[in-house]
Amino acid sequence: MIAEMLSYPFLVRALVGGSLISLCAALLGVSLVLRRYSMIGDGLSHVSFGALSIAVAVGWAPLGASVPVVVLAAFFLLRITENGKMKSDAAIAMISASSLAAGIVATSLTTGMTTDVSSYMFGSILAMSPGDVKLCVGLSAVVLVLFVFCYDRIFAVTFDESFARATGVNVSAYNILIAVLTAVTIVLGMQMMGAMMISSLIIFPVLTSMRIFKSFRAVVWSSGAVAVVCFCIGMMASYKFSTPAGASVVLVDLGAFLLFGAIEKIRGLNKG
Amino acid sequence: MSALITCSHVDFGYEHHDAVVDLTMEVEEGDYLCVVGANGAGKSTLVKGLLGLLAPTGGTIRMADELKKTGIGYLPQQTAAQKDFPATVREVVLSGALSRRGRRFFYSGQEKEMAERAMERLGILDLKGRCFRELSGGQQQRVLIARALCAAGKMLILDEPVTGLDPQAIQDFYGFIKRLNQEEGVAIIMVTHDVANMVGQADKILHLQQKVLFYGKAQDYKKTRAGREFLGVGEV
Repeated sequence: MIAEMLSYPFLVRALVGGSLISLCAALLGVSLVLRRYSMIGDGLSHVSFGALSIAVAVGWAPLGASVPVVVLAAFFLLRITENGKMKSDAAIAMISASSLAAGIVATSLTTGMTTDVSSYMFGSILAMSPGDVKLCVGLSAVVLVLFVFCYDRIFAVTFDESFARATGVNVSAYNILIAVLTAVTIVLGMQMMGAMMISSLIIFPVLTSMRIFKSFRAVVWSSGAVAVVCFCIGMMASYKFSTPAGASVVLVDLGAFLLFGAIEKIRGLNKG
Repeated sequence: MSALITCSHVDFGYEHHDAVVDLTMEVEEGDYLCVVGANGAGKSTLVKGLLGLLAPTGGTIRMADELKKTGIGYLPQQTAAQKDFPATVREVVLSGALSRRGRRFFYSGQEKEMAERAMERLGILDLKGRCFRELSGGQQQRVLIARALCAAGKMLILDEPVTGLDPQAIQDFYGFIKRLNQEEGVAIIMVTHDVANMVGQADKILHLQQKVLFYGKAQDYKKTRAGREFLGVGEV
């Protein structure tokens, strides 16, 4: 079956691009989830949906127009979360709903609900163009370099921002970098996974890994591995049973989470 | 004895209001200074200022050269997110050595050894492979102190360190801070609500209410009006 899948160029693109996106999302997700910023991923996916649909409605290049908008939104969301002036979960929910609404209104005024928009909502396995795959390779190269060479700083910033700041780490720069990379990851992944489901790539792998692993290093490695494995299994299931790609991947992620949770329980029982 | 930090007539403020006004104080080598005051009295602002995260709006802060070199160890208030953080004790302690590393990408053997020594000093070497979130509150505080000692050996700033600890853990905590101070000569600046205990621990007390209400020896604090009111003691 795998050989058969690999004979379709679009499936190869989806597998390669999707695995890289899953990897990036999981690594960035470790830092976001542990700092209680998971909602940012969800908010950004909705902003990204709004931006993409407006871009399509107006006839601009979808990615070119939405990446800057989502990056800006990422700055903004990080700001409100950091300042704590407004209840950040409420603010993010507000921004999510508004962007969804803007996207839907823009679409219905112009083209009507096209397949493009529906695929942004629920994802499409056909969405990865050769250009997108190149972008995915570039993005994951940046994320991997960041995680290999700045691993200890990322740990310090994630564990304790105040302490990191006091020891001279440029915390704001790391926050911005992580937000920008997350924004790009979400825009790229959204076409395939769908706006409703892309945030699961950020949140599931780290929560799954935290069930079993006790060290930060192990959680980071495991998140990356879990993300890629679940994505590939999800894609195969999607091909085999003709189910939507994004939804299949999320269900596999959920399965992995429950499995890891069960392993943790059993280990706990054995210990007494 | 030489002064590590000298503040003369220092003001700190944000855009529209002054948080700390006209603060003059000195922290010497081996000092144990306790900063007390009501909520919003400017204690946290002072900590930020001493750590160099906030520039004073007036006056001058002078730091001894040796302090500039090693920096100040810092124990921030714990955040809720840390309570279930997956990291081993060793990872947390080692992250204190980050400032010594400069532009290098990885920790050297020397820094790893330092982390081991810091864990040994606080009696948590046997916990080093354990997960931070599985430790008790008191143990977590020890880990964070070890991390701060990795960052700087001369001076520690502790921000509300006993919040959320049970009474026994609080006594243990004061015990080993006192030991660090007396036996190893680490200067301590502790911000706390727990004034009643502090009077017996610290050498010096700084009572802030934007302005300095009291700054001097701990024994004398009880005799002043500010001290009596804050301690809730009617008469001395």
